Amino acid sequence: MQNPWMYVGLFVLVGLLIPVAAIAIGAILGPKKPNAIKQSTYECGIETVGDNWVQFKAQYYIFALVFLVFDVETVFLFPWAVSLNKLPLFAVFEGIIFILILLAGLVYAWKKGMLEWV
Amino acid sequence: MEFWKDPINTIFASMMESFTSGGMSDVLARVLIYLIGILLFVTFAMVLDIFLVWIERKVVARFQDRLGPNRIGPFGIFQPFADIVKLLIKEDITPVGADVVMFNLAPIFSMMSVLLLWAIMPFAPNMFGVDLNVGMLYLVAAGSIGTLSVIMAGWASNNKYALLGAFRTVAQMVSYEIPMVAALLVVTLLAGTMGAVGIVGAQEGVSFFWLSPLAFLIFLISAIAELGRSPFDLNEAESEIVAGFHTEYTGMKFGLFYAGELLHSFTFGGFIALLFFGGHRLFGLENLFPTPIWGALIFIGKAIFFYWVIMWIKYTVPRIRVDHMLAFNWKFLTPLAFILLMVTALVGRLFLESAWLVPALFISNILLAWLTVEYLKSHARKEREKEEASKQSATLAEQH
Repeated sequence: MQNPWMYVGLFVLVGLLIPVAAIAIGAILGPKKPNAIKQSTYECGIETVGDNWVQFKAQYYIFALVFLVFDVETVFLFPWAVSLNKLPLFAVFEGIIFILILLAGLVYAWKKGMLEWV
Repeated sequence: MEFWKDPINTIFASMMESFTSGGMSDVLARVLIYLIGILLFVTFAMVLDIFLVWIERKVVARFQDRLGPNRIGPFGIFQPFADIVKLLIKEDITPVGADVVMFNLAPIFSMMSVLLLWAIMPFAPNMFGVDLNVGMLYLVAAGSIGTLSVIMAGWASNNKYALLGAFRTVAQMVSYEIPMVAALLVVTLLAGTMGAVGIVGAQEGVSFFWLSPLAFLIFLISAIAELGRSPFDLNEAESEIVAGFHTEYTGMKFGLFYAGELLHSFTFGGFIALLFFGGHRLFGLENLFPTPIWGALIFIGKAIFFYWVIMWIKYTVPRIRVDHMLAFNWKFLTPLAFILLMVTALVGRLFLESAWLVPALFISNILLAWLTVEYLKSHARKEREKEEASKQSATLAEQH
């Protein structure tokens, strides 16, 4: 295997091709008789009220922010986890301190009431 | 006999030879053989997917005391083929005001994200697509494309229900990625490598389930949330928001979401098997025949078993409320996963190269689980007492 990422790239291509083919066959075989009522947005069988792109709760945004902090920081932990057995004990404690700082951020968000669904 | 010991690489070498002897350049021959191999591999995945639909429908029927599909073919095994024909000849409806490009891309991405995971799945030694040295990061990254596709579908549909489903996805799938990554970190730590083949290889003596049962539980729960299956099927909750993010999808596009979800479950069943239960190993039975095909069959059997476990949970547990779901993740699962990571790192490092490594890790996990349960018990008792006290004071105030 010369370059494993070449294989992954080809896999992406084929992975895109198969569903595209499925949808294309469906588009060819299926009937095409559009009309206004059929294409209208579904909302319990009545006409839609107001704008369909509604405003969303800011809460979702805050959770996404907390997630982002964690997700970026866990990327730093992977190299540490891979080479743990070769590291001195000191480095293990350093990693643990890093995780504790991470958790301190979570506790801060918790105490600030960011994790409450209001 | 040589062929059966390593069928994939034997075929690869012979094809490479015949291609390059015809005057083809090395890179082009490689790309062509890869393409043929990937096409066969993906076709296998899709055929398996068809049977997964049948298994799913049969099993849910048994859980709900019904018979399930039993008309077409023996035990209704040809039912999914009839379903496919039906989905293909349905009209493809795009709602007015939808973002057409995103609307059509979403089901494609949904299927692709699942298929991508198959690239690193090590079925048996010498029988896998590719061994990436960053396998676990790749698993998380490819899984994120699935989340993205759900958000795309919800946003592009121009439908309130779909949008609500997409919002819930942001809160759920994205949140449960954190404990999943932490559980993957524990496995990485134990194996000393991120590659899937290396992780299976590291479980030669004892599978990681015995080293870290808690990580297995955390991974199972967060995998179910990541899949969006019940009890975490908030993004498509049928009784609340019609069908969630795929409300407006018809025909094959809906079929791709549905098939993608089932294949995703199976794939995660496979990942549970490879991360915690030794991949193709089964109590020495894998040495019965000296061919990786036998190992691959054992692996698929294990994956189907864990697929069944995920289904079992799906049809047993009712849907969780959105605030409970978030509190469960951020206030329980995430702290627990990171504490487990610290404990595993410390115990694993202290008992490195000692005979006590396995018992020490197992006991530390059990101890942590016991402490968690005790803490939750005392916390619940305190909450209950607080509630009763406030109720009592309310009745006292009423009497006066």
